[in-house]
Amino acid sequence: MSSLSKAFTSSIGRKFVMGLTGLFLISFLVVHVSINALIFVNDGGETFNVAADFMSHNIVIRILEVGLFLGIILHIVQAVMLTAQNNAARPEKYAYNKPQANSTWYSRSMGLLGTLILMFLVMHLYHFWWPTKVAVYTHEAHNTFQNIVMIFQDPLVVVVYVLGVISLGYHLLHGFQSSFQTMGWNHKKWTPVVKTVGVWFSIIVPIIFALMPISIYLGWIS
Amino acid sequence: MSTGNMNLTLQVWRQKNKNSAGKLVDYKLSDISPDMSFLEMFDVLNEQLITKGEEPVVFDHDCREGICGMCSMFINGQPHGPKDLVTTCQLHMRSFKDGDTIVVEPWRAKAFPVIKDLAVDRSAFDRIIASGGFVSVNTGNAQDANALPIPKAKADAAFEAAACIGCGACVATCKNASAMLFVSAKVSQLALLPQGQPERYRRVQSMVAQMDEEGFGNCTNTGACEAECPKGISLENIARMNRDYLSAKFISEEEV
Repeated sequence: MSSLSKAFTSSIGRKFVMGLTGLFLISFLVVHVSINALIFVNDGGETFNVAADFMSHNIVIRILEVGLFLGIILHIVQAVMLTAQNNAARPEKYAYNKPQANSTWYSRSMGLLGTLILMFLVMHLYHFWWPTKVAVYTHEAHNTFQNIVMIFQDPLVVVVYVLGVISLGYHLLHGFQSSFQTMGWNHKKWTPVVKTVGVWFSIIVPIIFALMPISIYLGWIS
Repeated sequence: MSTGNMNLTLQVWRQKNKNSAGKLVDYKLSDISPDMSFLEMFDVLNEQLITKGEEPVVFDHDCREGICGMCSMFINGQPHGPKDLVTTCQLHMRSFKDGDTIVVEPWRAKAFPVIKDLAVDRSAFDRIIASGGFVSVNTGNAQDANALPIPKAKADAAFEAAACIGCGACVATCKNASAMLFVSAKVSQLALLPQGQPERYRRVQSMVAQMDEEGFGNCTNTGACEAECPKGISLENIARMNRDYLSAKFISEEEV
């Protein structure tokens, strides 16, 4: 094995890829939540549709979109491989274990939370990403805002979306600060700042996301 | 907290050898003094077993002062029991209540196979140390005090990392059976001092490679190791090790 592939398949190398892709996906969330928050302008989706059209047609954004999918896939593939190694590292489980005494449930459940997010993501892509793509390739006009309003009329969909972003929130609550630790970015002055920003990010971003289906369902935005 | 003598039920992992299957066995103990250490309580149990002509429970122990790192019991779901910053030998029966049931298991990790009952083979740690946890500069005679200029904060951090006794509680409690806290303490105690600099980046790469080879899991930063470590080894050491490892692999040129 070459020294480079050895570096990437070592425990710390794999974790490095997890942390790096995680931070990249966090940067995507910032863009995603900012653009979607334009629906709160409440002008019948006019401002939002301009931004949505730009995002689905701009060549730079579409190249970045490929990077985004690669990032998600790499994050998942590494997670599956690390989890398989971790499970193999303890073949016989404890008869009596008390993990709640030393760590948070969500830090121990990143795999479960990630799986829930993935399941949510498949549905989410089917709802919004796929119709936009179809419209782009068939050169038809697509009113993304109308699509949002239509989909969030179903209360079940609204509930599933809220549960999806709650999973995301807990995943971020551990993942945000954890990625910095994995990179070795540990600093007396800055680590507390990273942790505080991480907590607020994990609360605020999911709340803004959750408010979208809720406010459309309740008719606050139309 | 208990003051009078106690009656206890122990559920102890009994396993004949590395290859046989083990199981939890119940033992009743009566009239246990709250001032006994956890290991003294096990001595009482073993005396009773020997008197009855049964096999005593095998467990690791040595100094019984909390500094050697030999004792290794997983007590009621936590390594070294419920108290913070103590080893099993420094855990006293007053931390339990009369009538309690206490479950005692060995450390569980693929890299720590059970030898017998509660004793596990921790030689994986020795092999990690042998792979790079040393300095090979000729240090000569002891230096005069203060001849090596080391900032106080660095000396303290190195000393805190060096407090690791290699008991393996971090591995035992980690959901992934990862040895990152142990290895990072052993990397840090040398990386922080001038004597450790010549081999600093070679050391971290060799020790991490050996750690991976031994079959320990990967770190997911849950922080369980730091919370359970009897010596309070900090997660900062793991960040330092990651930093040194990543800069050796991806930034500087040093190869193993």
